Amino acid sequence: MIEQAIFAFVASCMLYSGLQVVHGRNLVHAVLWLGVTLSLTALLFLLLRAPFLAGIQILLYAGGVVTLMLFGIMLTHRHGGVHVENQQGRKLRGALAAGALFALMSGAICTTGALPHGGTAVVSAAEIGQAFLTDHLLAFEVLSLLLLAAMVGAIALARRSDYGEVVSGPAGRGVR
Amino acid sequence: MIPLHAYLLLAAALFTLGVYGLLTRRNAVGILISVELMANAVNINLVAFSWAHGGTVGQVFALFAMAVTVAEVVVGLALVILLYRSRKDVLVDQARDLRH
Repeated sequence: MIEQAIFAFVASCMLYSGLQVVHGRNLVHAVLWLGVTLSLTALLFLLLRAPFLAGIQILLYAGGVVTLMLFGIMLTHRHGGVHVENQQGRKLRGALAAGALFALMSGAICTTGALPHGGTAVVSAAEIGQAFLTDHLLAFEVLSLLLLAAMVGAIALARRSDYGEVVSGPAGRGVR
Repeated sequence: MIPLHAYLLLAAALFTLGVYGLLTRRNAVGILISVELMANAVNINLVAFSWAHGGTVGQVFALFAMAVTVAEVVVGLALVILLYRSRKDVLVDQARDLRH
């Protein structure tokens, strides 16, 4: 009973903050609402008996991705305060398409008959680590390669083309 | 006990919100945020199915999905910064140089 109440509360908060993410006028506020949504997702993971994933969700998403997005906004806008205009166009068509998609998906979910009911077994971090380094070792290593490639790619894309050249001028500022 | 349907419907609603943002946002960072919302909804589905079926495979898959999403965000933000450098704004409907 108390679990249902927590789920209802978390779900309604998530829907509200998700709406703020896609509908707010201020881009900085949208990112902060995204942080709220991702933190609430961690609560949902706790309800789903996945405490390790909840911790990772907080560390990686609510900590890392939100900060990264804020840096992205700061680097791509000229502004004095924390108000960054986040314009929207074609609202009606977007809402129609999204509503049609939701009708399709919820119809498919509701017409599916007996879905399995979950247990109460908590999956511990030790079990996940064991699975990572035994059954899914190849995927784990490929993933580390992907992260390395993404890091190198991001640096190669975002650096200035003249980075590292010696600036020779009257000021003689040395290496940029 | 919360039925699996409830989790799936919540994830579908969040995914739909992300689609709405993806279709209507004009700012490239706003679009990345919407994509993040959609990826999060998919992760909820993965963990919910993992909970319903038992075992660790679903959670391992969700962790993989998280890492891939973060890699995508990093490269996406680098592209947005590149777009800002060449055009001085990040409005996607203004970046139509390749259109005739």
